[in-house]
Amino acid sequence: MSFLGKLSIEAVPYHEPIVMVTLGVVAVLGLVIAGLITKFKAWGPLWRDWITSIDHKRLGIMYILLALIMLMRGFADAIMMRTQLAAATNGAEGYLPPEHYDQIFTAHGVIMIIFMAMPFMVGLMNIIVPLQIGARDVAFPFLNNLSFWLTAGGAILINLSLGVGEFAKTGWVAYPPLAGLEYSPGVGVDYYIWALQISGLGTLLTGVNFLVTVFKMRAPGMKLMQMPIFTWTCTWGNILIAASFPILTAVLAMLTLDRYLDFHFFTNDLGGNSMMYINLFWAWGHPEVYILVLPAFGIFSEIISTFTAKRLFGYKSMVYASGAIAILGFIVWLHHFFTMGSSANVNAFFGIMTMVIAVPTGVKLFNWLFTMYRGRLTITTPVLWTLGFMVTFTIGGMTGVLLAIPGADYVLHNSLFLIAHFHNTIIGGAVFGYLAGFAYWFPKAMGFKLDEKTGKAAFWCWQIGFMLAFMPLYVLGFLGMTRRLNHTDNPDWNIWLYIAAFGAFVIAAGIFFQLLQLFISFKNKEALKDTTGDPWNGHTLEWSTASPPQYYNFAVIPHIKDIDAWTDMKERGEAYQKPEKYAPIHMPKNTSAGFFMSMSFTVMCFALIWHIWWLAAVGFIAGIAVFIKRCYTSDVDYYVQVDEVETIEAEHLSANAKGVNA
Amino acid sequence: MSSVATDMHHDHDHEHHENNNVFGFWVYLMTDCLLFASFFATYAVLFMNTAGGVSGKDIFELDFVAVETAALLLSSITFGFAMIAAHKQNKGGTLLWLAVTWVFGAVFIGMEIYEFHHLIVHGNGPDTSAFLTAFFSLVGLHGLHVTSGLIWMTILIIEVMRRGLPDKTVTRLSCLSLFWHFLDIVWICVFTVVYLMGAL
Repeated sequence: MSFLGKLSIEAVPYHEPIVMVTLGVVAVLGLVIAGLITKFKAWGPLWRDWITSIDHKRLGIMYILLALIMLMRGFADAIMMRTQLAAATNGAEGYLPPEHYDQIFTAHGVIMIIFMAMPFMVGLMNIIVPLQIGARDVAFPFLNNLSFWLTAGGAILINLSLGVGEFAKTGWVAYPPLAGLEYSPGVGVDYYIWALQISGLGTLLTGVNFLVTVFKMRAPGMKLMQMPIFTWTCTWGNILIAASFPILTAVLAMLTLDRYLDFHFFTNDLGGNSMMYINLFWAWGHPEVYILVLPAFGIFSEIISTFTAKRLFGYKSMVYASGAIAILGFIVWLHHFFTMGSSANVNAFFGIMTMVIAVPTGVKLFNWLFTMYRGRLTITTPVLWTLGFMVTFTIGGMTGVLLAIPGADYVLHNSLFLIAHFHNTIIGGAVFGYLAGFAYWFPKAMGFKLDEKTGKAAFWCWQIGFMLAFMPLYVLGFLGMTRRLNHTDNPDWNIWLYIAAFGAFVIAAGIFFQLLQLFISFKNKEALKDTTGDPWNGHTLEWSTASPPQYYNFAVIPHIKDIDAWTDMKERGEAYQKPEKYAPIHMPKNTSAGFFMSMSFTVMCFALIWHIWWLAAVGFIAGIAVFIKRCYTSDVDYYVQVDEVETIEAEHLSANAKGVNA
Repeated sequence: MSSVATDMHHDHDHEHHENNNVFGFWVYLMTDCLLFASFFATYAVLFMNTAGGVSGKDIFELDFVAVETAALLLSSITFGFAMIAAHKQNKGGTLLWLAVTWVFGAVFIGMEIYEFHHLIVHGNGPDTSAFLTAFFSLVGLHGLHVTSGLIWMTILIIEVMRRGLPDKTVTRLSCLSLFWHFLDIVWICVFTVVYLMGAL
């Protein structure tokens, strides 16, 4: 075995022009960014205030930044697939050869679920949940930083696979025996395994962290049934994370053993059973989609109640409906493979359970409708996303109920009808939700509002583009087109493939408007500035802080008497009042331990992918050593002194005095 | 007066954090429980797939495993004694019982390694059948946990020797103790599902 394992210069795909041009663009962009950071002497602040930060708000911003960057990458994959399929009709081969195309659809799925949707959700949760429950940070701030960098480590690995070696050609689910060593001898599946494993660990730690946070760190007086609805839906999501991510860890570990040590969990020979992988994968994978969508439901609830200036209709039923969805989400995994050949009774059970999920989801939709009923809805960008969601997600939900019928599923399984269905729920549900939350909480996190005009344009492009891109896929599914085709030869399909490709470009315009929106908003940030901390007349505690919030969140932890704690405080005249006295605030110090630990583990994973065993050992030991050193560092916290608190608070209060007078 | 109030505030803060640690660790253990559950489920599906090779009846020696099990169960009791000593701030007692626990744990791991080695040299390694794959993985996963528990215990023994038993150290001991008892419970399931049901 050579010093660098399987790694050699041959690993760089220099004969693939598309990949090399992409790498060139990435390299140039990277150099430009590095140059700008150097020019503005920002390396120091970047390291001190961001990379080593354990402030949940800054970590949240970094998560969302990661999500937006990965959205670009995943969307680039999407538009390549759609243009390839539009070009490769009537037997033409298109411009993407199968071995490249296969990597693209795998990367698209993994990136969008694991490195776009998850970081976006976790980012919003990071920024908002501690603020909503009146806490100064999460329960384990260091762990929070570690989680972020583990996720980032996974993202680094998946992006490395573009230029060093290859990515999996198996589809994002990586089913064996295709993902086994016999049929996937390259490093692609290993990149997949380790990228998911390391980021999955980060997600699991986040789940544990936020569960402890909401159960132990709520402001005095806040009962569980008084937690804001977004916090509740995140909590259900975190329960699902804690209950399902260990299964992913286990199943990936088994696949690893099959590939690295010649074990026989999922092989064709010696008694292996690949259906075991598929069962375990979906026992994680199905709850995972609810992890993505439940927090989005919470976001929509917050937005609807804020912009109708009404209390959320049916708060309790909303909490219980979320819980019902979370629990039901755990007993439906088999509907992903009705065609496995279980008995009719087994398929019937999972089919009925799947349909039952529509009931609590319906409860939610009616709650939102009743909240709007006789309210005065202000049509802002977040509200547009919410209304778009209610229509789009309902369509996706109905096609889901259709697929839940085992008999229908036998016909539609693996067809583009399924692709249309899950994009309908994930984009229409989760992504619209995150983008709504992004617009809604942007002023809280950054201190200024987003430009409305470009925001609305972005929404309409996304909404119309979505319909154009995915409704044709339902038709194509009925016309018999299966997923993951590289080229086609059926004239009946052509027109629909062209429309879908056109739709993808309309969505691209939506993404362009969002970038433009960010650019314009940053440029006009003085004009768009939120001085009050409460730009929408919000209901919950995050709006009682300044925008962006003081780094310690609350000078004095409020005493909670109502679900809509901030509305309650405003009504009773307790808002914006200077407390009798301030006390010193206990805060954790920033630390580089999480960054170094994660990067060591990332190096370990990279070494394992390429079979560089000595480097894997070095990475592992370094990571553990950093952790032990961190455990025996006593200089981890400090007190914010009263005079500093007074200065910061006085500024927030005087800004509000002005705001109120104006 | 105000300094007194502030001090009380500090104490409250710290208590709060230590509380979080034990609860957080407990939640982590529940996730670990699901990791084991996945491996148990896989074992249950694969244990009959011997691919013409050995089955549990052929390779399990219950006498041997009974001694192994006794070592681990005893180590749980002795860890209990260590915790009683730690709560009484009895440094010598804590160290003594931790050392006894460590030895029992090492005996358990030593015997497991012997068993694995014995199986592999007789041509019954994890690469021979799905049954052995599932067996080595499930038992080995537990063994890895016990091994990391031993490393953790070594570090805490050094910590207690150097620092005595401040609150923070006792909290860490409590977490390890939860971990250790948890592994005991998992082992009882392994013993029952893998060895007893396999050998009988």
